[in-house]
Amino acid sequence: MATAQAQVDSKWWSGGKSPFNVEYGKLMMWYFLMSDAFTFGAFLISYGTIRFSQNYWPDPNEVFNALPFTGHANLPLAFVSLMTFVLIVSSVTMVLAVHAGHHNDKKGVIKWMIWTVIGGIAFLGCQAWEWTHLITGDHAVLINGEIKHIGTTVTMNPWGPHVTIPGQEGHISTPGPVAFGGYFFGITGFHGFHVLSGVVINIVMLIMAWNGTFERKGHYLMIEKAGLYWHFVDLVWVFVFLCFYLI
Amino acid sequence: MEHFITEVSFHHEPEGKEFVKKVIRTTIILSVITIIELLLGLSMYAFPMAALLKLFLKGVIVILSLAKAFYIVGVFMHLGDEVKNLIMTIVLPLLIFVWFIGAFLYEGSSWKNLRNTYNKAPTVTAPAESHSSGEHH
Repeated sequence: MATAQAQVDSKWWSGGKSPFNVEYGKLMMWYFLMSDAFTFGAFLISYGTIRFSQNYWPDPNEVFNALPFTGHANLPLAFVSLMTFVLIVSSVTMVLAVHAGHHNDKKGVIKWMIWTVIGGIAFLGCQAWEWTHLITGDHAVLINGEIKHIGTTVTMNPWGPHVTIPGQEGHISTPGPVAFGGYFFGITGFHGFHVLSGVVINIVMLIMAWNGTFERKGHYLMIEKAGLYWHFVDLVWVFVFLCFYLI
Repeated sequence: MEHFITEVSFHHEPEGKEFVKKVIRTTIILSVITIIELLLGLSMYAFPMAALLKLFLKGVIVILSLAKAFYIVGVFMHLGDEVKNLIMTIVLPLLIFVWFIGAFLYEGSSWKNLRNTYNKAPTVTAPAESHSSGEHH
């Protein structure tokens, strides 16, 4: 066994086989994902730099405390946990689709791809709700001596330090660092766009599997490549979740 | 054309039920880590605590997230089953993040310190640490 292995190793780069033992498209998908990791990494590090340069930064538990259909209940991080769970589950169904593909199980691939697409769409729906809630949810903020009601946008941030004003009821804050909204919408938007393109890719894969394209080809390697992309989207969410919601 | 056939027909995945079990186990691990992270994140909100303890908890959360990333890449994306040289061409370039994160966070905090020291223009100063505890709705 050991000598056989050594023989294989010595011929590894001499032509006739793929030195990395993967198909070209899959290798290139890995390198694309690596470059995409740098893009996301640069965005998140830029966010970190600005955050470290500020004396005050909003507490995510305070900003992200809403859940659909619960009115004004204070439920920090509940909704984003749901979103995280949706994405993890859709990643699992993708693994099972790839696994079914390895066994040339057309029905299995179709079933799990449908669940993956549903998971992706559910995540996008959640994100749309969260954005809408942040942009349209007004908060009383003291700006230049006047109380104004503003939402969270790329130019406005109502999540600054609280102030108490004699004769005023309720919670009043001062404007927080403007960069908060820009980074939040920019980075979650970039991630959401990845999810959207992932859903489109998965739908195309689903249609191709349905039509028997992969069955005729004799392998389901395309599903594997789409799967890599989809898992990467989940992977990026781990870090977006970490940087914007947890710490 | 022979090489092409060997190229694409090479599967390196554990067979059948064993793999599905592994996937289920990984899913549970990912969910449990996420729940622990959430509990730690919420505890920083629910209980007033010293800045240093907060920093420590944030560090723990970062490490847990890295563990999640490791499971996603290793099990779901099967990177662990690839040829070692392939793994290295993906992982080694990512080491630049060690410098990238350290240098830029240092830059950010230095920026803050310089501004606090030399820029006397009225800025919003922080009641920061005490603020996150208690009484908002």
